[in-house]
Amino acid sequence: MNAIVASIGTAAPRAGKRRRHLHPGFGLTFGITTAYLGLVVLLPIAAVLLEVLGMSAREAWALATSERALAAYRLSFGLALAAAAINLVFGVLTAWVIVRYPFPGRRLVDAMIDLPFALPTAVAGIALATLYAGNGWLGAPLAAIGIEVAFKPLGILTALVFVGLPFVVRTVQPVLQELDPVLEEAAATLGAGRWLSVRLVVVRQLMPSALAGFTLAFSRAIGEYGSVIFIAGNIPYVSEIAPLLIVVRLEQYDYAGATVLAVAMLLISFLMLLLINLAQRWNHRRGRGG
Amino acid sequence: MSGAGVPALRDPPWVRHVLVGGMLLFLAAFLGLPLVLVFREAFAGGWATYVAALTEPDARAAIRLTLTVAAIAVPLNVVFGLAAGWALTRFRFRGKSLLVTLIDLPFSVSPVVAGLMLLLLFGNQGWFQPLVQALDLKIVFAVPGIVLATLFVTFPFVARELIAFMEEQSVDPEEAAFTLGAGGWRTFWHVTLPTIRWSLLYGVLLCNARAMGEFGAVSVVSGHIRGLTNTLPLHVEILYNEYDFSAAFATASLLAVLGLVTLAAKAWIEHGHGQARRS
Repeated sequence: MNAIVASIGTAAPRAGKRRRHLHPGFGLTFGITTAYLGLVVLLPIAAVLLEVLGMSAREAWALATSERALAAYRLSFGLALAAAAINLVFGVLTAWVIVRYPFPGRRLVDAMIDLPFALPTAVAGIALATLYAGNGWLGAPLAAIGIEVAFKPLGILTALVFVGLPFVVRTVQPVLQELDPVLEEAAATLGAGRWLSVRLVVVRQLMPSALAGFTLAFSRAIGEYGSVIFIAGNIPYVSEIAPLLIVVRLEQYDYAGATVLAVAMLLISFLMLLLINLAQRWNHRRGRGG
Repeated sequence: MSGAGVPALRDPPWVRHVLVGGMLLFLAAFLGLPLVLVFREAFAGGWATYVAALTEPDARAAIRLTLTVAAIAVPLNVVFGLAAGWALTRFRFRGKSLLVTLIDLPFSVSPVVAGLMLLLLFGNQGWFQPLVQALDLKIVFAVPGIVLATLFVTFPFVARELIAFMEEQSVDPEEAAFTLGAGGWRTFWHVTLPTIRWSLLYGVLLCNARAMGEFGAVSVVSGHIRGLTNTLPLHVEILYNEYDFSAAFATASLLAVLGLVTLAAKAWIEHGHGQARRS
């Protein structure tokens, strides 16, 4: 996952041209790549798309826009957006602190950021559910001040913040590392206050990568299942996320209903990919222009 | 860490303390405490309970299945990743960026949807059902389905890592080898592979962590047959839903150790082998 994060960071255009004519093995490696891609990824995606095309449009639309489905999308997309926004703020803050301020345990903190990529979602799910339950380490004090987290939409938000946590940090961090503090110094010399120079120089420079991280976190949160279902409560219309509704439909052997929901989610995910690419291009242009 | 710049260090101490403190609180609530809690709960019933939870037959079957699935999925992804890295970074051809985008596709598909796709292909009314039946195979609600689901969700890890790394690499040493008469395979083994090995290992680590930890996709196609089609994450779910919390967390702690080992190895590669986080 770091790979996409990295590729979105500040992939500089490569200098120099390559002579590739000496390299053998194009047929073999290209063949393996496309065959494996076709079998493992494209064939299953084609199956789900064709399945929907085989339905009557009205039936598919009715299934995709049932009250329960709409409630599930609203919940999934609303909370994914909120979680990505929280991750945007804390991700930029975390990257800033890790890169700019020396503090004890910095390397450990830096390494731990990727925990959500390395910890299986089911483990995160039961841990968060226990932690934020009414009698949990954090759930109990929060309940005392009237905030219920577990088995409420707030619990889902907590899980989504967890799974999306590394994205913004990892997209912003390399850009911040490359950013010359001299720029801030210059802005300060020209009379900008510290806060203004940070805003002018840093925030502007970090925007594209932060946005890319935000999109990745958002896109991940939409599809997330394992870490959410333990803490969600899973009540239809209230705390039932879209992926869970797909599972519910499958358990009722309602394959058509599940498939329509899946395609609706896929379409939205493709839209996300498009946005990621646009953000990346924007990032590139800015990089070259500045 | 290059950026410990002068202006930042002149920020008032209270600003620095508030920002560092705020970040640490946030990370403690979302990362630190959940991790500590897993181990705390795992050992809440004592060492004997812990060992018993991990050695009972269903747990052992789940461990075996998880290892088997990873042992199939990771090598396949390595072969694919190496092929994709070579094809996409050593040649120019039309549609290359489309191919790169398609390789990332599984990252934007919900794992649950990935599982559903396999049901549509190999399930009771699936496309390949006649073939599956004719060959007397069992795919969904059996181990092959779990492997296929894992292959889907782990698909991009090794390839993305290698493509990003090999794209930045100079091809001069390889060309020198070709000029000196070495063949493609020989050059790959002796020139390319040694230079990409840390990047490859990095991809393998992430791929393996995901393969062993995948929940959503595997859950849809597994059928949840105890002792047969339960991977470790699914075993955790079953125990948790049966309110057998100490066993659930004991099993979860195994997966948490896997996660921590992955993180440690990642940090080791990043700091120790010049495989700095690419930007």
